[in-house]
Amino acid sequence: MEIVGQLQKQFVDFSTSLNHEGFLDEQYLQLQKLQDESNPDFVCEVVSLFFDDSEKLLNNLATALQQQVVDFKQVDAHVHQFKGSSSSIGAQRVKNMCVAFRNFCEEKNLDGCLRCLQQLKHEYFLVKNKLETLFRLERQIVEAGGTVPVIG
Amino acid sequence: MAVEDIGSGCSSSGDQEFHVLAVDDSIIDRKVIERLLKISLTAVESGSRALQYLGIDGERSSLGFDELKVNLIITDYSMPGMTGYELLKKIKGSTKLRKIPVVIMSSENILARIDRCLEEGAEDFLMKPVQLSDVERLRDFMLRGGEDREVVGCKRKTRDDSCSSSVLSCDRDHPLSPISVSAMAHCKPISKRSRLLATD
Repeated sequence: MEIVGQLQKQFVDFSTSLNHEGFLDEQYLQLQKLQDESNPDFVCEVVSLFFDDSEKLLNNLATALQQQVVDFKQVDAHVHQFKGSSSSIGAQRVKNMCVAFRNFCEEKNLDGCLRCLQQLKHEYFLVKNKLETLFRLERQIVEAGGTVPVIG
Repeated sequence: MAVEDIGSGCSSSGDQEFHVLAVDDSIIDRKVIERLLKISLTAVESGSRALQYLGIDGERSSLGFDELKVNLIITDYSMPGMTGYELLKKIKGSTKLRKIPVVIMSSENILARIDRCLEEGAEDFLMKPVQLSDVERLRDFMLRGGEDREVVGCKRKTRDDSCSSSVLSCDRDHPLSPISVSAMAHCKPISKRSRLLATD
């Protein structure tokens, strides 16, 4: 059972670091509280919806910012949606980037928006990677016969 | 069509089944609300779909329910097409539906918006992301029959007072005027909103 112990420790350390580094905030913990035996894949399902939704939004943002005449209200609407969904799953850095992005939309600052989009993509793919690692660790723990530690 | 009907409607009271209509354009938020409420819930993606479901959009109710029974409507404020506020007005303007409590959710803490919704008859205004504690209060409210003002009431205060008190019972003998609804709104012990208002 040593392997389970090791994996569990890895999981706890990784989860803690994600929180300390601002990738995931308390809202993620709230989601975990909603997962139980009757809904064992709840967090994974919500996060998958988030991934699909986010990639669609990032494409929409890229398209909107490439227009001859940029409709900043439309851009802002996409960012607002992204801010909402990232907030709902606790993706704090993504959410904060959205806040900054909205300021540039308000100023109708195209360069600022384009820069924000790049940074937003960067933050999104970072947190996506982290979450996939987290889920992988959970699967490994369960496959090794252990239970996933509860954080917080 | 983004209508999800989640079965199994037993609430913690045992005998009663509650049906909640949730309205939100975000599929992520619909999924979270569904889980938070953990009771019989129908989730739709827009105000117009909600009105269709409720049977007041001029067309026949599209989902084949013989007897519509909705105990609570919880709706997002910012939605394309029809805002939660517009949906609220339509519901409160309908003799058939105006008694159903409506709760508004928003990610933006805008006092004028909160006031407007409460004055229009919204039961409560929740800040997103909605949390378990918010939903537990809603569920208690519904278990008490949904019309008991005590649960969402608080001692009447002026707008200047700080709002750190826990729920106290409201004076049920006095009908609530629009002004007192607003005053109550500012001191509702919704943890996030109280915190946010305090920092204004």
